[in-house]
Amino acid sequence: MTTVAVVDYGMGNLRSVAKAIEHVAPTAKVLVTADPAQVAAADRVVVPGQGAMPDCMRQLGERGLRQAVIDAAANKPFLGICIGLQMLFEHSEEGDVPGLGLFPGQVRRFPEEAMFATDGSGSRLKVPHMGWNGVEQAEPHPLWHDIANGSRFYFVHSYYVEPVSPEVITGSTVYGIPFTSAVARGNIFAVQFHPEKSAQAGLALLGNFMRWSP
Amino acid sequence: MLAKRIIPCLDVKAGRVVKGVNFVSLRDAGDPVEIARRYDEQGADEVTFLDITASSDQRDIILHIVEACAEQVFIPLTVGGGVRKVEDVRRLLNAGADKVSMNTAAVQNPDLVAEASAKVGSQCIVVAIDAKQTSPGKWEVFTHGGRNNTHLDAIEWAKQVAALGAGEILLTSMDRDGTKNGFDLALTRGVSEAVRIPVIASGGVGNLQHLADGVTEGRADAVLAASIFHYGEYTVKQAKEFMRSRGIEVRL
Repeated sequence: MTTVAVVDYGMGNLRSVAKAIEHVAPTAKVLVTADPAQVAAADRVVVPGQGAMPDCMRQLGERGLRQAVIDAAANKPFLGICIGLQMLFEHSEEGDVPGLGLFPGQVRRFPEEAMFATDGSGSRLKVPHMGWNGVEQAEPHPLWHDIANGSRFYFVHSYYVEPVSPEVITGSTVYGIPFTSAVARGNIFAVQFHPEKSAQAGLALLGNFMRWSP
Repeated sequence: MLAKRIIPCLDVKAGRVVKGVNFVSLRDAGDPVEIARRYDEQGADEVTFLDITASSDQRDIILHIVEACAEQVFIPLTVGGGVRKVEDVRRLLNAGADKVSMNTAAVQNPDLVAEASAKVGSQCIVVAIDAKQTSPGKWEVFTHGGRNNTHLDAIEWAKQVAALGAGEILLTSMDRDGTKNGFDLALTRGVSEAVRIPVIASGGVGNLQHLADGVTEGRADAVLAASIFHYGEYTVKQAKEFMRSRGIEVRL
């Protein structure tokens, strides 16, 4: 039986993530866990996260989960969601904090002033970017299997990642500016949107993750 | 491009949907979880539960409903009604709600908005504003289901809650609510253009044109409706097809 660890570092509700995985993989054992040993022992690891990046990084450290997350990202199917994507990068503008540095690049805030003032379509763009937006797939990837290119997923965020290496970008979205909404490298796949809240497209992605053998 | 959202809203009392919902082949017209699942299937972008349970000993029922919902419905869920303190927010989020909406408590204690958004993140905090027109071009905030005039200017209050850390505003016109005459578009536009957080228009939807007007004229980021969906007049899918035909970006 496949076990999947949903890493609980005290930032937000993980129940929705766990329930969505159980829904697509009824035979899997889904553990919402703050125990580094359970993360290390799991076959697959999901790192969700919501709230502010500085709080997330501090909690990860205080709970002794930082190394467990780095190890998981090194050697098993790994899915980062929202802050779980942002923390993989070197640095975030949110609170001016360092991330785990597994991907070269920065986490930046949407240029709110410019977006609110000027938008060709007549409606003003709000921050947070909240709602359903399309994701353009850069290339085929097992996690995009059976998901139409351009499918909409549910986003809620004010910061986005800016990778140094364009080859890790596997999904892009436009909100005033084009930004990276998914990255992939080896055994790591990480997304800015919330697959657990993205209806059929999101469930398909989670199902693909549970079947993925990188 | 970001889609404009359509949000069906269910009034829930002691765990049951008030007045019920009239869908074809619905097993239980009063079960909020089954109804939310049906709206998910129709393509709703989110679902909102408004808990109107009056007695405090039945308050926890909504938590069980939210838990059950999180197991079956994979779109965002907002829950409002009776939220008084940060602990209420946290319990609803832990049960599986994605956003929690507060109304009267925010007026009585604006610090609650700041405290809650600092604790759980702005993206989880919705402030519901019930507004009534008091003179041309002026709307005031009412609480306690529209009985109590706070004399706060609705647009100023919207700016204030945004500054306090609200992530979204659910704006209801008390003049239009239940009339089926359409949103108060001047109010909606006034608030939507005054704040930089998303605004959900509510109150008065009687047909699909009203939904489209809320976005095009009212500049709302999302539109919320109850009766036109509950009584099977229109499906969410029909609403989206109509909006798309009017040039509005939707998830279909």
